Amino acid sequence: MTEAILATHNITKRFGAVTASDGVTMDLRPGEIHAVIGPNGAGKSTLIAQICGGLKPDAGQVEFLGQDVSTLTTRKRARMGLARTFQISALAMENTVLENAVLGALGARGGTLGLIRPVLRDKTLRDMALHALERAGLADHAKTRTSELSHGQRRQLEVAVALTLQPKAFVMDEPMAGMGSEGSARLTGFLDELRAEAPILLVEHDMDAVFALADRLSVLVYGKIIATGTVAEIRANPDVRIAYLGEDA
Amino acid sequence: MTLILFIEQVLNGLQFGIMLFLMAAGLTLVFGVMGLINLAHGSLYMVGAFAAAAVAGWTGSFVLGLAAALAAAAAAGALVELLVIRRLYDRDHLDQVLATFALILIFSEGTRYLFGSFPLYLDIPDALTGPVTLPGGIQYPAYRLAIIAIGLTIAAGLFWLISRTRLGIRIRAGEADREMIAALGVDISKLYTIVFALGAALAGLAGALVGAIQAVQVGMGEPVLILAFVVIVIGGIGSIKGALIGSLLVGLTETLGSIAMPALFRLFMDNSAAQATGSAIASMLIYVLMALVLVWRPQGLFGARV
Amino acid sequence: MSRETILNAVIFGGLLAVPLWACIVDEPFTITLATKVAILALAGVGLNIALGLGGLVSLGHAAFFGLGGYAMGILASHAQSYTPLMESPLLIEGTKSMPIIWLMALITSALAALAIGALSLRTSGVYFIMITLAFGQMFYYLSISWPAYGGEDGLSIYVRNGFPGLNTLDPIQFFAICFALLALALWLNARLIRSPFGLALGAARQSPQRVETVGLSPFRLRLAAFVISGAITGLAGALFADLNRFVSPTMFSWQTSGEIMIFVILGGVGRLYGPVAGAALFITLEHVLGGLSEFWHIYLGLLLLLVVLFARGGLIGLIAGREVHHD
Repeated sequence: MTEAILATHNITKRFGAVTASDGVTMDLRPGEIHAVIGPNGAGKSTLIAQICGGLKPDAGQVEFLGQDVSTLTTRKRARMGLARTFQISALAMENTVLENAVLGALGARGGTLGLIRPVLRDKTLRDMALHALERAGLADHAKTRTSELSHGQRRQLEVAVALTLQPKAFVMDEPMAGMGSEGSARLTGFLDELRAEAPILLVEHDMDAVFALADRLSVLVYGKIIATGTVAEIRANPDVRIAYLGEDA
Repeated sequence: MTLILFIEQVLNGLQFGIMLFLMAAGLTLVFGVMGLINLAHGSLYMVGAFAAAAVAGWTGSFVLGLAAALAAAAAAGALVELLVIRRLYDRDHLDQVLATFALILIFSEGTRYLFGSFPLYLDIPDALTGPVTLPGGIQYPAYRLAIIAIGLTIAAGLFWLISRTRLGIRIRAGEADREMIAALGVDISKLYTIVFALGAALAGLAGALVGAIQAVQVGMGEPVLILAFVVIVIGGIGSIKGALIGSLLVGLTETLGSIAMPALFRLFMDNSAAQATGSAIASMLIYVLMALVLVWRPQGLFGARV
Repeated sequence: MSRETILNAVIFGGLLAVPLWACIVDEPFTITLATKVAILALAGVGLNIALGLGGLVSLGHAAFFGLGGYAMGILASHAQSYTPLMESPLLIEGTKSMPIIWLMALITSALAALAIGALSLRTSGVYFIMITLAFGQMFYYLSISWPAYGGEDGLSIYVRNGFPGLNTLDPIQFFAICFALLALALWLNARLIRSPFGLALGAARQSPQRVETVGLSPFRLRLAAFVISGAITGLAGALFADLNRFVSPTMFSWQTSGEIMIFVILGGVGRLYGPVAGAALFITLEHVLGGLSEFWHIYLGLLLLLVVLFARGGLIGLIAGREVHHD
């Protein structure tokens, strides 16, 4: 277990009578894509929020790079190298694509922010940002206003911003959501390469992508993980078939 | 400070606090239900005071003056809601601030145009002039006691309205979930107008009641409005209970502070310096109180969220 | 060049040309009006950094405007009465030198903005508006109840403060000082927008979670913006006091906060030259409408209402188009 980059130990979160996370224990190991699937309302967003720092668990710990980060802010976890993408794009819509990527690079560099020198004239930052955009397939759109991007391109930009952080782990909240089949296939290919750089905790509805990418799968139902295993194991698991795949397929 | 003086100041603080409550209750309701920040609430307070002073002046009847204050403020509130405010519910807070600031300018200058720049005076009704002797031999003005009584009655009425009546149920439902209440078939725009007019009437009543102990003049509303904001920050937005507790805290801090601070500084300063320093510090006390609440509970004493 | 760039040049050139022309035809009152525009625009530039770039709806900027004014008033009144501000533990004397006064105005208002910002930025939305308004009012009451510096009556300064090498009593020279400071603030603002700080602050306004997930703190960004914003408005306050040779609690009043915001809005929020256009429009209206009717605030109120309800881009938005220009 010590080899895990990111892990949760028995985390529990209640909202009034609803238990959104019920003793969730899972881990993310180097080089893998670990997908979390589950029906709507299973508690996936709550789980992500606790892993990334938006919510504090009522009980249990979140461990990142061997350190208990349960009480650290989102910001500190990001600085340690935890990069997340949002289900509903959280980008600076009035700014250009390049500026959004530069923002990530700024965060990764740390230190104090300058007040006078134009940020786009900083060659190091610019190169970091352009490199990430290129890898995410957005190099041609660097000067485009983010609000003018298509839905799919915004998801690509989400990933590009996460890349600029040169993270130790990715947490991706439905990166395929609302993408066409072509875009989703391209992003699948890209995430496939990415896992060698840093492991990915992938929360996703798109089952084609999940089955194509995931090294391991965890199935979350009513705040509980009912099964973890390889794609083949999960497909064969009777509980999962009843609780989840049965309804969906 | 003697005990009698202390009790007098406590009563003054209560009276002041109760008046703040009438203002803050309307503001916090309007914010809770419609999500609107209304800077023109102080103008409705002024409208009430002017209506009361004018009508009481013509008819010689204080009660008619009070009725006129309620009617005029409620009517002004409903009118403003229909013409301007309802266009602002979907706007951001900046637009709400600007539009209601514009309303202040229009109300203030309009009132100055109608009534001139000189203050009006509203006389205390004959039955309530002079002091009442309280148990323990304390003499206290009857009118101020009446204000406390009226205010407490209205506070009780508001709690009853919110917790027991159909209108109250709808108001609470509107606070919780706007789509839900619309889906239930409640005419939401009518509900909003009623809530706004109700808040306006409370502000108008406060203006009229205070009008008999202070001059009725243009600009009288905004300082009270700002204090009502302090009350809401302390009490927590959208909470009537928070508004009541906050109002009393602010009222008592303000009146007791203006006596206690100079007395405190007199312990280690000469008299005039203590008076000066003490009253300067006292003028900041309620804001210090607000700052402390912000450090301790940014969402306010009874507020649900930030 | 975009239409906004051309319009900015026209606004900037106009503010320079009008007083120069007035100087030639010997109309000192027009120069004074232009000086007032430059100073109020400077106050607006300050607010615009918090409001336009940071999205912070501060209704308490009168606090900084007033503190700047009182920094000038207090230093100059001690200098004109030859009494030191403080004798122990160290001797502090008054001064009639503008640069020192400006420095003090910047420092005092920055410190006040740091304290007010640290408290009020713990909240957001309407709370922030109410809290900034309340703290502004606190300074208003403090200035009234503190008798040492004139209390309710304010403080008069008999002779305008000096600037090395210039005759500040000459209207056009004083205008030049104010205009130069405005130009400096506009330059700073333009640089700020494109700087790393400006990018992060603008992103924090649009999407605070994004800023947090790249490891930056929206709270610190906003606090820094609020401090810079307050300091610039404070500097404008010191100049305004020098223009009138008078400071009074009115500088701290909620109306002042509202008016500074009106400059920004009438011109166009988030537009670099918005406060300049807005202040010019405001002073022109005050002058023209104020001459027609004693009740000109009614018309100002109606105009503001119309701008908010129907022309949200303000003056610059109407002329240069709705979109804020980026490249």
